[in-house]
Amino acid sequence: MILTLFSRPKSVTLHSMKEEILEKLKTLAESAKYDVSCSSSGTTRKNTPGGIGSTAGWGICHSFTEDGRCVSLLKIMLTNYCIYDCAYCINRRTNDIRRATFSVEELVELTIEFYRRNYIEGLFLSSGVINTPDYTMERMVRVLKQLRTVHRYNGYIHMKSIPGASEQLVREAGLYADRLSVNIEIPTEENLKMLAPEKDHKSVFAPMLYIQQGVLESGEERRKFNSAPRFAPAGQSTQMIIGATDDSDKQILNISASMYQQPSLKRVYYSGYIPINTNDNRLPALVKPPLVRENRLYQADWLMRFYEFKVDEIVDDKFPNLDLEIDPKLAWALRHPEHFPVDINKADYSQILRIPGIGVKSAKLIVVTRRYSRLNSESLKKMGVSLKKAQYFITCNELAAFNVNDTSPEYVRRLLTEKKMAKGKDNKQQTALLFPE
Amino acid sequence: MIIFHYDKTFEGLLTAVFDAYYRKTFPDRLLGLEELEPLFVDESYMVVTDEEKSGRVWKGLAKKLSPITRNMLSYVWMSELPGSDELIFRYIRKALDSTHSIEMNFADDDVLQMRNVAQKVNKEKHRLIELVRFQKAADDIFFAPVSPDHNSLPLTLEHFTDRFADQKWIIYDTKRNYGYYYDMKTVTEMTLDSHDLFPEGKLDEKRMAEDERLFQELWKGYFKSMTIKERINLKLQRQHMPQRYWKYLTEKQK
Repeated sequence: MILTLFSRPKSVTLHSMKEEILEKLKTLAESAKYDVSCSSSGTTRKNTPGGIGSTAGWGICHSFTEDGRCVSLLKIMLTNYCIYDCAYCINRRTNDIRRATFSVEELVELTIEFYRRNYIEGLFLSSGVINTPDYTMERMVRVLKQLRTVHRYNGYIHMKSIPGASEQLVREAGLYADRLSVNIEIPTEENLKMLAPEKDHKSVFAPMLYIQQGVLESGEERRKFNSAPRFAPAGQSTQMIIGATDDSDKQILNISASMYQQPSLKRVYYSGYIPINTNDNRLPALVKPPLVRENRLYQADWLMRFYEFKVDEIVDDKFPNLDLEIDPKLAWALRHPEHFPVDINKADYSQILRIPGIGVKSAKLIVVTRRYSRLNSESLKKMGVSLKKAQYFITCNELAAFNVNDTSPEYVRRLLTEKKMAKGKDNKQQTALLFPE
Repeated sequence: MIIFHYDKTFEGLLTAVFDAYYRKTFPDRLLGLEELEPLFVDESYMVVTDEEKSGRVWKGLAKKLSPITRNMLSYVWMSELPGSDELIFRYIRKALDSTHSIEMNFADDDVLQMRNVAQKVNKEKHRLIELVRFQKAADDIFFAPVSPDHNSLPLTLEHFTDRFADQKWIIYDTKRNYGYYYDMKTVTEMTLDSHDLFPEGKLDEKRMAEDERLFQELWKGYFKSMTIKERINLKLQRQHMPQRYWKYLTEKQK
C-alpha cells in the first residue's frame, strides 16, 4: 500500500469550482463576521449509513482567528445585497462595499468540502434581504435542504431566520437546521426605530415565536412517536449590540432574563459595537469597541444561567450598569458582606457557588470531597480555586480569619483592584529614595 | 529502596501490581527492563508480563472502581508523562486497600493528580478533534499529520470513524511514528517508511488531489477575512490554539 500511497489514478474528474469563488467567499465572510454567535452545541447526532458528518452535544471549535474568537461554523452570507438600511449594519443599502451572491450549489459544495477536511463543524448561514424576506428565506432553506437530503449531511447547521419571513418557511427551516436564530440587535424598541426605521420588535419576536412553537410541538410529538421529526433541536439564540445606543445594562440584562424564560432560547449573545459606519451621526463616535463592558455582560449572563443569580441581584435601579473594574459576582459580594464568610466545609452548594473566585467546577469538587476529609486552603488551591479573591469570603479549617467583615468591602475592593507593580520597578523606587541625587 | 523492573506496557504494570500483592513487597520505584537503578537498592525484582495476572487485577479493579475511573487509568497511562506509571500503581493500591470508594476523595494528592492528568489527556483528545486538518491526496485519501504531546490519537478514532465514515483517511502521529488508516470499513494501524511524502507537514503538490490547493486557498482566505481588526487579541488566540499545533494547520501554513 505504501508505494502507491497518495499517487494519482489515471483518470481524474475535473472539479467545477473556479478560482473566482475566493473573492466571493472573502466578501461574504467579511459581511458575516460581525455576528458573534458561533456555537455548535446543543445537538448530538450520530452519522447515518452512507452519510457524512455528526454533531457532538458540547460543540467543537476548529480554529481561532487573530482576535481570539473561535471558528466553529462556516459563518457566511448567501448574499450581502440588502434592501434595508439599518445604521448599525455593515451591509446596509447605502454602504459602499463590495457585494456578492452565492448560488445554492456553490455554497453547498463549499460546506461539504470544508467539512471533509475538518476545517469546520458545520454551516452558519445568514443573508441580506433581497426582494422580499420570503424570497430570501426560501433560497436559504434550499441550501439546507440540499445538504441534508442530497448529501445526507449530518453536521451542524445554524440558520438566521429573516425578520418578516412567513411562518411556513420558518417551519420548514426548522426541519433541517439544528439552531435557528433571530437577532434583537437593539435592546429597546425606540432605539431600534431610530437606527432601523424599517424594522420593529414585532418583526423580530414573531419568528421567535414560530420557532418556539415548532420546538414545543415537535417535543410533544416525539414523546408520542420516536420517529417524529426533530425541529431545531439545539433551540434558538439571539444577539444584542452593546454600546451603539444608550440602553443601560439593567435594560439589556432584563431582556436576557425574560428571554431565558422561554424554554427554546439557549443563548443571548452580546456584541460590542464596532464603529463600522462612521459617517452616521445617529451612532456614537467610539474609538474602541466596548470590550470590557461586553465581557462583564457575559459574566452577568453566566451568573444567571449557571450560578443561580436573579437579574435584580446583578443590576437594579441603584446600580443600573455593571462595574467595569470588577466582575459582577465580586461586585455583588462586596455589596452584600452580610452573606460572608461562608464555611467551605459546611455551607450548601448554592452558597459556595456565590463565593468570588469559586466556579461551578470547584464548587462541585468541594461538595463531593468534603465528605472524606475537611478541606483547608491548601486543598482548595489544588482544586483550582482562585484564593486571591476567595480568601476574603471564606472560612475553612485553618485559614487565618481575615475576611470582608473584619475590614470593609471598600478595603477588599482596593486590595483586589490595585495594579500590581512590575517586578523590579518597586526596587528602583526604593534605591532612588536611598540615594537621592 | 525496592525496585520493580517491567516492560513498560499497561499489562506489565498490572502484572506488577499482582506480583506486589503476591510477594507482599511494594515497589518505591518502577523502572523499565534495561533502565539503570539508583544507588542503595535494597531489593530489585523483575516483573514478567503475564496476561492472566494482569487480567485478574483488571477484574478486581472492576469491583472497586466505576467504568469511568477505569477509563481514567488508561488515559493517565496514555499521558506518557514521567512517573505516571508510579502514580497509577499508587492509585490502584489505594483503591484495592480501601474498604470504600476513593474515587471522589480529591483531598488525596494521588486521586486529585490522577484526575488532573486524565483531564490533560482528555483536553488533548479534544484539541486533536478540533485541529486535525485533512489534505486530500490524489488517490482520494484524506491525510492528516499530527504530533500530540500525549499518546492521545487512539482516543479520537471513534469520533473520526463516525464523522468521516464515507471517505478514506489517514491520521498520522509523526512524533510516535505510527498512524491509523480507515478504508471506509475498518481502521488499521500503520507505519510509514519515511516522512518525505509530506515535507513541512504538507503533501507535495504532485500528490495532492486536483482541487486540494483551491480548497486550501479558500480556507486560508476565509480564515483571514474572519478577523475583526478592532478586536485583535493574539494572546487569546494562542491560549485557545497553542502555537505547537500550528505547523499542521492549513490556515497557518505558508
